[in-house]
Amino acid sequence: MSITSPDGKTTIEPDDGAGASFFRRLTTATDWKTAFVIPALAVLTALIIGAVIIMLTGYSLAETLEAYRALLQGSVGSLRAISQTLTEATPLVFTGLAVALAFRAGLFNIGGEGQLLMGGMLAVLAGFTFTGLPLFVHLPLAILAGAIGGAIWGFIPGLLKARTGAHEVIVTIMMNYIAYRLVDYLLKTTLFQREGRNDPISKTIEPSAELPALLGWLDPAMKVHAGLILAIGAAVFIWWLLFRTNTGFEFRAVGANPSAARYAGMSVSRVYILVMTISGALAGLAGTSQVLGLLDRASPGFSAGLGFDGIAVALLGRSNPAGVVAAALLFGGLNAGGQYMQANANVGIDLISVIQALIIIFVAAPALISAIYRVKTDASSTQISKGWGA
Amino acid sequence: MELELRGITKQFPGVLANDDVTLTARSGKVLALIGENGAGKSTLMNVLSGLYRPDAGEIIIDGTVQDFSGPGDAIAAGIGMVHQHFMLVPVFSVWENVVLGVEPVSGPGVLNRKEARTEVREISQRYGLAVDPDALVEELPVGIQQRVEIIKVLLRGAKILVFDEPTAVLTPQEVEEFFGIVAELKGRGATIIFITHKLKEALAIADDITVLRGGKVAGHADPATATPEQLASMMVGRDIDLVVDKTAASPGEEVLTLRGVHMVDDYGRALLNHVDLTVRAGEIVGVAGIQGNGQTELVEAITGLLPLADGAVEFLGTDITDFSPRRRHEAGIAHVPEDRNHMGMVGSFSVAENLVLDSYYAPPFSRRGVMDGGAIRQSAETLVRDFDVRPPLIDNTGDALSGGNAQKMIVAREFSRDVPLVICAQPTRGIDVGSIEYIHEQIVRKRDEGKAILIVSTELDEIFALSDRIVVMYDGRIVAEKQASETSPTEIGLYMAGKAS
Repeated sequence: MSITSPDGKTTIEPDDGAGASFFRRLTTATDWKTAFVIPALAVLTALIIGAVIIMLTGYSLAETLEAYRALLQGSVGSLRAISQTLTEATPLVFTGLAVALAFRAGLFNIGGEGQLLMGGMLAVLAGFTFTGLPLFVHLPLAILAGAIGGAIWGFIPGLLKARTGAHEVIVTIMMNYIAYRLVDYLLKTTLFQREGRNDPISKTIEPSAELPALLGWLDPAMKVHAGLILAIGAAVFIWWLLFRTNTGFEFRAVGANPSAARYAGMSVSRVYILVMTISGALAGLAGTSQVLGLLDRASPGFSAGLGFDGIAVALLGRSNPAGVVAAALLFGGLNAGGQYMQANANVGIDLISVIQALIIIFVAAPALISAIYRVKTDASSTQISKGWGA
Repeated sequence: MELELRGITKQFPGVLANDDVTLTARSGKVLALIGENGAGKSTLMNVLSGLYRPDAGEIIIDGTVQDFSGPGDAIAAGIGMVHQHFMLVPVFSVWENVVLGVEPVSGPGVLNRKEARTEVREISQRYGLAVDPDALVEELPVGIQQRVEIIKVLLRGAKILVFDEPTAVLTPQEVEEFFGIVAELKGRGATIIFITHKLKEALAIADDITVLRGGKVAGHADPATATPEQLASMMVGRDIDLVVDKTAASPGEEVLTLRGVHMVDDYGRALLNHVDLTVRAGEIVGVAGIQGNGQTELVEAITGLLPLADGAVEFLGTDITDFSPRRRHEAGIAHVPEDRNHMGMVGSFSVAENLVLDSYYAPPFSRRGVMDGGAIRQSAETLVRDFDVRPPLIDNTGDALSGGNAQKMIVAREFSRDVPLVICAQPTRGIDVGSIEYIHEQIVRKRDEGKAILIVSTELDEIFALSDRIVVMYDGRIVAEKQASETSPTEIGLYMAGKAS
């Protein structure tokens, strides 16, 4: 909590006492209240508006409440529901981290889709090409291949930005298109296409490359897999990288003030390239986790928009690794619950997309939430990226 | 029009920004409002311009109590603000900028260009504000852009003109011209409020002076009798010594040598024109010059932030021309950059992080790529205490510091390194008197420790207060080099204007 005088000059700050960590402060300079209250109110508001939309389409209040009960039931109502929520959340943690990391360095990585696809394709390739390897060799190898695939797809826009100034937003969008069509093409090549099939579908990965199901021993329908552990590990790693290492210090400095970073002797070009490469690797791991943990193969469009959802997750999570995990769990829960709601309460899953979109709008426009609920917020925290413009 | 503020009080959470402020600005007179950063000048102006509503107190114009519910009311009442940072559209012409928002129309939504141009020309002639209505704003010098701002508020019927730090961006010649404009406006009965922290300007131009300190009126002064020392003491509430105490220099070995340093812009025009310069241990060399005559480029050539087209930079006998900024930093060059907010610090980083901004990567702050938060905090606690950064809270963000304290933080970072060469560009630009005094003392102390110091400043007073030797830059060249004891501000001023050679 700091109190700044109206002309923004003098600040009177009570010492917040023990345990105040030097690294705790976010680049977005957000206090904890703002970080939690706004997203929570955004979710609440989105759910209320969602209910109004359901009723406007001809459902009664009782039916609407029933739909929301189903949403809750399907996301956290049973062990199986929780498993489904975690399964849905796993790739979102990766793509959310990918976008969040780039935000921190002042870059807007919209290329999650393409990076995810290329990562997934290399992971699948490693998954079915090598045979007879033990799991503890084959699985890490396939995961590494997936990370590399995504890293290459992130490295290219990073390099172009650093060397030519090409805007990463434009380049990553174009790289997505290339990836979509490249996957379509690759899946029809003899290298990837499953024998005896005419449709574009890849060979199935070896069991030794599968991310093991975590709760399969309880109930084979519980799909949550070891990709979740990998995702949590990635979040911890990214937090450590950002707030404990020289590299993270450089990322954050370049993101907040590239001129000061240059003055301080940092190489801004190097940071751009490195950030986009790591960001791409994270998105690549999202694809990897899908193909090795859930799908066992690749087919056209297996990215399923997860790369774009990562932008929403990063925004809701305020580009903080812990926030990203929380936001991914929320979106995972909405997706899992939405499926259950569609099956059991006869309300379409499309509503979930609307609710998710509303959440993001409210998070992106905190002034709206502040106005509705009359809470004071730090207006400066609304800026999530300086990636636009120059 | 006569403007009176009576008992203006404005409370913000935790801060009483204006406390019972009472002052009068007389018709046809200039009131200088002076005070340190955070003294409440900006708040008071925002109250006056209708942006803030005071919690208590009255704004009275010609005996009528005003009630502003927004900036529109203030403009309607005849108050015009000329901001420090101009509110102009660079790619628009002068007349387009002036009529923006109050465009004359010849039909619904149809701009009457002829009338707009006429209006602009009329005002510029009536008040002697020479400016070509068709010129593009971005192509005009800063002094002319300021005239456009003045024409803007006059066109909107302003009778009370408020200037916020109007001379901060002007060259000495432009300041003279600006004073002429103020005299003209005064002669036509305008009420002028002149916000500044430059005491000499306040004394030169004002008819009345009001000093703010800590949100309150600290006192009024008569410019005919007051001295800069008295005003400075009123501003900070203690005695201020505006003269820097220092002994004669005893220059030693050559620390920095520039040989024929040449730098060009993207179009091949010379920014630095074959500059030769030497700075020795134990002396302060002051680079005087009007902003934009190559001083920025000179500093960036030495620190490696901009590439040279030709020439060489030698540091302690080693050719460092091809060294990266980081290698130069490590070789022993400290640099306080001219623009502290855009270059000297990361506003969203904590004070502790800013204090290691250029040394975060090496022991004791980092080992094998992992930063040592404990060591960083410990060093920061020491530095904020030693360099008097207030408040001394190392978890505060850089943004939260006042200009003077942010500058002290940067000085702390650079001066705490025991290195042979210290470069200070505009070391006290836009900061309060107390911090200026402190930073000047630190610079002289560094010299007395036997370091080589290069100061770049557009403030001639500062150059003379600090320098042992003065060089003058004009149009990318060094046009004069003098011992400080053997020259005068008048002589240096002539060189700065390119009028002597």
